[in-house]
Amino acid sequence: MPLFGKKETASITYISHSGVVSRADVPIGDSVMEGAIKNNIDGIVAECGGNCQCGTCHVYVEPQFLGRLKPIQEDENEMLNTTACPRQPNSRLGCQIEVTKALDGLVVHTPLTQV
Amino acid sequence: MSVVIVGAGQAGFQTALSLRSAGYAEPVTIVGDEPHLPYQRPPLSKGFLLGKQAIESAVLRPESFYAAQRIEVLAGDRAVAIDRVSRRVILSSGAHCDYQKLVLATGASVRRLPHQGIVYLRTREDAIELKQRIENAGTIAVVGGGFIGLEVAAAARALDREVRVYEMQNRLMPRSVSPVVSEFFREVHASHGVEICLSAPALAPQADLIVAGIGVVPNVELAREAGLPVGNGIVVDEHLRTADENIFAVGDCAEHPNPFAGARTRLESVQNAVDQAKVAAANIAGRSEAYRAVPWFWTDQFDVKLQMAGLSGGADDEAVRGDPQARKFSVFYFRNGRLIAVDSINRAGEHLIARKLLAAGARLAPEQAADESFDLKALTAQE
Repeated sequence: MPLFGKKETASITYISHSGVVSRADVPIGDSVMEGAIKNNIDGIVAECGGNCQCGTCHVYVEPQFLGRLKPIQEDENEMLNTTACPRQPNSRLGCQIEVTKALDGLVVHTPLTQV
Repeated sequence: MSVVIVGAGQAGFQTALSLRSAGYAEPVTIVGDEPHLPYQRPPLSKGFLLGKQAIESAVLRPESFYAAQRIEVLAGDRAVAIDRVSRRVILSSGAHCDYQKLVLATGASVRRLPHQGIVYLRTREDAIELKQRIENAGTIAVVGGGFIGLEVAAAARALDREVRVYEMQNRLMPRSVSPVVSEFFREVHASHGVEICLSAPALAPQADLIVAGIGVVPNVELAREAGLPVGNGIVVDEHLRTADENIFAVGDCAEHPNPFAGARTRLESVQNAVDQAKVAAANIAGRSEAYRAVPWFWTDQFDVKLQMAGLSGGADDEAVRGDPQARKFSVFYFRNGRLIAVDSINRAGEHLIARKLLAAGARLAPEQAADESFDLKALTAQE
């Protein structure tokens, strides 16, 4: 695919349940979920492809970044109550976190399992 | 050893991905007739039409991914014949691919009306054209009150176009949901100013733009010409193998035995494409797996999210949980006293619970389903 100039990106770090650290430069506008699957980073399943339908892109966000995220919508909130691994105060769905410049350096932890 | 996958949609893409995840190390080639890397279709009738999502964001993986995974994608070429004796797929370009195992993920094509000038929606090109036509149309007629028709109607109405939907049956989405859900969606569309014409005669309406979403037909010609059995799709067994042990079929094109249908059926959904691809890949990689995933579907129209788990056809009893007036409820469907499906409206959590209940074959009575104080989540933990 032709690349017309370099896309703006933010650095996102994914830490797996077993402690594997993966870092990706994710284009602004993509989601944290897309950043993982497009870079072949394990720990996020995204059965529905990022359409907020399945609850299999559950991540735990490093608390210091929580204030920079858009608030949780109702459907995301409901699905977080039903994820395979327990919900924590810093739980979000990766498909609902849009990568912005303000999120450069974001760190998320992926759960033991998504299904 | 090598695997050739015909079809670069969700099912074809997932087959390649799952082969690599299963440790399959031999060459994998995807042949697709569309001139693009594999992309997902759901956003085409939703976020893309609304201008909320760029067309590029539907691409499933960037080109670098395929190189890294050693998956060859032959995009813009078409498989025209299968030589089962020499295990070779012939392409329209004149090239050919030899296979050890072949996966047919040929998908489906839109059903067309005999009239000229009607727009359909299946591919990326269709979506780009439709979006442009909506922008330039004052009045839009949508033929077909199923998922695609209603999603297009909702998007066009949100863009402030005058929209009328024509459905031949006496209710919306008649093949997929129960009358209570159909009626709920009729009211949603009416409240947004979409005119819904039910029991509409089969003729071309007057409008600046006519869009038809009247279903799809499976792409079975390649299989049929190769002498493989074809029914309502390419016939496969529970392992998703055709009559030829070296050829599998997955996704929209596959007529398969489905425990949730209690019969052979064909499903058109992301879930079915993804889960069948995983099963076929596992079987090619040397395991023996049967397809028995819980079917699930979704549609987004205006601010309403409808999620369906299981297959509700043949239900003999149903129970409503929650209040349709509050725009948050689920309909539980039963057959012979067993839960067979759940449609959830703006109840995403309940949909996920429903999928677990169905997968576990949980016992639930209609009265319990209707009782909001009955803890469904606790039931999933028990099973």
